[in-house]
Amino acid sequence: MADKLGPLGWMGVQFFGRMSASISHEIKNVLAIINENAGLLEDLALMAGKGVPLDPERLERVARGLMKQVQRADVIVKNMNKFAHSVDDFEKSVDLQDLLSVVVRLALRFADMRRVTLNLLPASAPVAVTTRPFLLENLLWCCLDFAMDQAGSGGTVTIGMEKTVDGARVTFSGLGDAEARTFPSQEERLLAEALAARTELDVEGGRLRLILSEANPGGTA
Amino acid sequence: MAEKVLLVDDEKDFLELMAERMRARDLEVTTTDSATEALKLAEKGGFDAIVMDLMMPEMDGLEALKRLKEKNPDLQIILLTGYATVEKGIQAMKLGAMDFMEKPADLKLLAEKIKKAKARKMILVEKHNEERIKKILTSKSW
Repeated sequence: MADKLGPLGWMGVQFFGRMSASISHEIKNVLAIINENAGLLEDLALMAGKGVPLDPERLERVARGLMKQVQRADVIVKNMNKFAHSVDDFEKSVDLQDLLSVVVRLALRFADMRRVTLNLLPASAPVAVTTRPFLLENLLWCCLDFAMDQAGSGGTVTIGMEKTVDGARVTFSGLGDAEARTFPSQEERLLAEALAARTELDVEGGRLRLILSEANPGGTA
Repeated sequence: MAEKVLLVDDEKDFLELMAERMRARDLEVTTTDSATEALKLAEKGGFDAIVMDLMMPEMDGLEALKRLKEKNPDLQIILLTGYATVEKGIQAMKLGAMDFMEKPADLKLLAEKIKKAKARKMILVEKHNEERIKKILTSKSW
């Protein structure tokens, strides 16, 4: 199958699958907590039936717990929806901050698993980019995945973006000096080429930069 | 006597709620949100069952299961997971898990499995005691 899709197509399918699996796991966790809250309400009702007085504060806590999980699920599903729609147009103008937020939100569970904190800095001004949204999300994920590996347990990866004269730049800082894997890999390089982008790894400064140029496709508007 | 359970999950809300409901069913519950801490607690012993999430930061449930079983093969471990796949289930059973349950878990079913875990543990303790006595009897020239 990978042969017919080509390296970029296969990479994209893998990326989509990995993110979907992670989202489904997050939703399952939310459902598990909602299930326990419902179970607790059932327990309280049973006890009330046996004459144990209901504690309104306890009920309020259960309601708050349920609302918290509903809000959590809403954030997860909204982000999932944005991610799913990123394949609607092969190429279009997007707000880089928005697109980056989707990727960082998707990466949060992976960061938690590695005990890495992600810190997305707000852009000082909107950065509009004409790009291939899904491919750019994939490349940003590759950069973030590498940055998290390099930051290691307990580390913080700070992600910032800015407009440049001939495009835009995304900087991932806080990379430690852990044994680096080869970055970018051959596939990641192909992905960058498809976006007219390039990466710069500053090992001493603990920084990885993703530079998007104006050249089409994938240049800034 | 109440079943002693060690509950391990990095979702703190889940951990608190599940523990509260288990305690209401007269189970004696110790909780931790860290697999590393779980290894330390298990080493102290005394648990009839360990109920553990499969996906946790730093160390996943399968790795924790492997380490727990290396230290004490008699431990009765039930794994909980958000995404139960046949492959993961087989892997867990091969590593010595007593059971494998998908989240959201049915507490009634889980409590039954915990009871079963205690029974299994008691059989193993009795078996070890018998072996110890047999060994003493055969090694001493009475």
